[in-house]
Amino acid sequence: MNSKTEFPKIPKEKFAFVSDKDIFLDEAPKTLARGYFGDALIRFKENRSSVVAFWILVFLVAFAFFAPVISPYSLKDQDKIYTSFPAFVPFFAERGMTFLGGARVYDSQNDASMLYWEGIAEETDMDPVIDVIKTYETPAKRRGEDIVRYTYDIRVNAYYALGNVYKVLSYNEFDKIQAWQNETGIQVIYPYVHPRDIRDIRNNPNLWYKVNEKGVAEVDEDGDFIPVYATQKEDEGAPYDSLRIEGDDGSYIYSVKKSGAVQCRVNYYNYYRYQNGHEPFYLFGTSLLGMDMFCAIGMGARFSLIFAAVVALINMTIGIFYGSVQGYYGGAVDMALDRICDILSGVPFIIVATLFQQHLAQKVGVVPSFIFAFVLTGWIGVAALTRKQFYRFKGYEFVLAARTLGASDKRLMFKHILPNAAGTLITSCALVIPAVISSETALSYLGIVDLSSFAGTTLGTLLSQGNASATTAPHTILWPSIFLGLLMISFNLFGNGLRDAFNPATRGTEN
Amino acid sequence: MVKYAIQRIIYMFLVFIVIMLMCFVLVRMLPLPVLPPEDPHTQVVRMRREAMGYNEPYLVQFGLFVKNVVTKFDWGLSDKLYFGQDVWSIFKQKLPATVIVNLYSIIFSIPIGIFLGIVAALKKNTWVDYTISTLTMVVISVPSFVYAFLIQYVFCYKLQLFPFVMEAGENWFSPAMIRSMVPAVLALSFGVIAGFTRTTRAELTEVLTSDYMLLARVKGLTLPQATLRHALRNCFVVVVPQIFGEFLGILAGSLIIEKIFAIPGVGSLTLNAINGPDYNLFMLSTAFYTAIGLSAAVVVDISYGFLDPRIRMGAVK
Repeated sequence: MNSKTEFPKIPKEKFAFVSDKDIFLDEAPKTLARGYFGDALIRFKENRSSVVAFWILVFLVAFAFFAPVISPYSLKDQDKIYTSFPAFVPFFAERGMTFLGGARVYDSQNDASMLYWEGIAEETDMDPVIDVIKTYETPAKRRGEDIVRYTYDIRVNAYYALGNVYKVLSYNEFDKIQAWQNETGIQVIYPYVHPRDIRDIRNNPNLWYKVNEKGVAEVDEDGDFIPVYATQKEDEGAPYDSLRIEGDDGSYIYSVKKSGAVQCRVNYYNYYRYQNGHEPFYLFGTSLLGMDMFCAIGMGARFSLIFAAVVALINMTIGIFYGSVQGYYGGAVDMALDRICDILSGVPFIIVATLFQQHLAQKVGVVPSFIFAFVLTGWIGVAALTRKQFYRFKGYEFVLAARTLGASDKRLMFKHILPNAAGTLITSCALVIPAVISSETALSYLGIVDLSSFAGTTLGTLLSQGNASATTAPHTILWPSIFLGLLMISFNLFGNGLRDAFNPATRGTEN
Repeated sequence: MVKYAIQRIIYMFLVFIVIMLMCFVLVRMLPLPVLPPEDPHTQVVRMRREAMGYNEPYLVQFGLFVKNVVTKFDWGLSDKLYFGQDVWSIFKQKLPATVIVNLYSIIFSIPIGIFLGIVAALKKNTWVDYTISTLTMVVISVPSFVYAFLIQYVFCYKLQLFPFVMEAGENWFSPAMIRSMVPAVLALSFGVIAGFTRTTRAELTEVLTSDYMLLARVKGLTLPQATLRHALRNCFVVVVPQIFGEFLGILAGSLIIEKIFAIPGVGSLTLNAINGPDYNLFMLSTAFYTAIGLSAAVVVDISYGFLDPRIRMGAVK
């Protein structure tokens, strides 16, 4: 409209108040208010991979906290014989399944060793051979005749294959096992076999039949084993009045004297049941020390998670405070504090960790000194981030307004500026935790810190034990690796999702 | 620019000396290893300790230490692991293994990493990009020793392509030696490849959407021309300093990978010095790793300024 338009004089009475009673206010918005965190949450949910990562993370953390509770074992249950044994669940093993059946592959087994497995199966009623994977035929010559030698690759149930072991028991223990046998009807103690009857082989308690000098069974015409159980009553270590094996007419002896105790052949599987009150149940197998891997991974991971959370919390606190002061005051203060950061961040972490271990571990304990090591340089990143955010926000009008209204420095820093940096800081916390876990694992793998006395075990310790037996028992390294890998991936994905969600620059750029 | 570089280097030296002083005092405060009474070197080591200034104030000790290092490049004698030997000569022996393994890994992985990054950026939001990005993310997240185990298990044990650990000896270029290095080189490469892929992809996608790319297309360049002449050059402003940093990093190597594949390098030496403990050796390792870390940062920083005229380093506002 042309502003120069001249209006003729309008008489006063033509003007009227629209209303002289009601007060008109702006209408309250009918839409839902969407706060900073609410907005971030909505955008986080749109990021599918991060949401998946979040749920995996929840699962892994739940595993770490509940696995040690669910497991029938604790870390103190370290079986001396079932070490680095494959996964075993009785239900699957009884049905001869390879999955969770304690299966281990034995290659190039000849007929003699097949006979040995058969001997164990016949005596203990637990057939160690699960299945034959492959049969090789090799033509050979024996005494001028052409014969075919067979060799087999077989899968063997490692728990059953152990068969019998020699055990020295006190008289009291011997009686207790007999009582347990009577009660449950499970044969633990098997008749004794004198080494002199099996050609002086002393290290193989699974021979109960006539053997040749190589330790291979000599069978009768029907192909049956010829038992050579000891019957000399004068050798008997202690009276035996319990289950007797099939074919025993009461003459077999079940133990021999051994310096104030008795030595006998016990079936380790059943002995284990006697000792623990249940069958072996190792979902992830056992570790090098005979711990249940399921429980050990849970315990190790639980320690790592709590440790990382504590470190992250301390780092955040120090870093936020330090960075706030740096960023808010700027100038000479900033300069001076920044030099301290420069020096501390220049020290390689491994050196810090080592020096702290050497100096402090004996005085305050391994874990606190390890926390110190992580804190010494860990807060620098957070401080730098906070400082940057402070530089960004301290010039804004709302800060000026608050200052004009007389807000103190403290109030300006922590009430007005810091909340704006919250998103960035939360994200950095989510990314600090995996970094701490990974260096903690690395250092305990390298053996620079030994946390196992405190934590029982850690993922790094499990990995380094698993590395030693990786070829014979791959599961000992597989499960900790998978756990650690998944944990790291999901933590990082989750952290990246958070970062994108909190970053206002990416708002609305999706799709 | 040159002035800024000189400033940075001088400052780096100051930081280095402060760090060394701190570590030095902390190391000297540790209890000394007990000397074996019968060993012929015991007397020598005891006299060396006198000469190094034990029993004197720490600052005097540090002065002596610096004097020895600067005038004679004498870092002291090993008093535990290599009893009575000069630590610098031991260190020198261990350096080639680390450098060679890392050099192989970098030579292979930097081009691969950059190539994958370029492909991912050009094919953004296609399955190619998703595959590369996901793999990159996985490799960066998972700690290097986890895939080192995987490599060792699959290639060395199951397929039996390579020996488990590195060949002994110093014949670095014999075929057997090179073959035995492959698993370690692979394990080291994954991380480097992933790092370069991520940087290149991120930088290139940003450059590709910038206005001057549009202008280049408008004035008639084809997409490959525009990408090659404009986008890549700008993207390399970020990538090239990373390459420099990586090349300095090859000296440091990786403690874990060296332990897993039994590479007789400085990493294993440091680990042994820590577990020994062998203080003089440890001091040398500290100096070495600190120097590498600091100088890598300086090199990366300064090279930005030299590469990109738009970045004025240390310029007054």
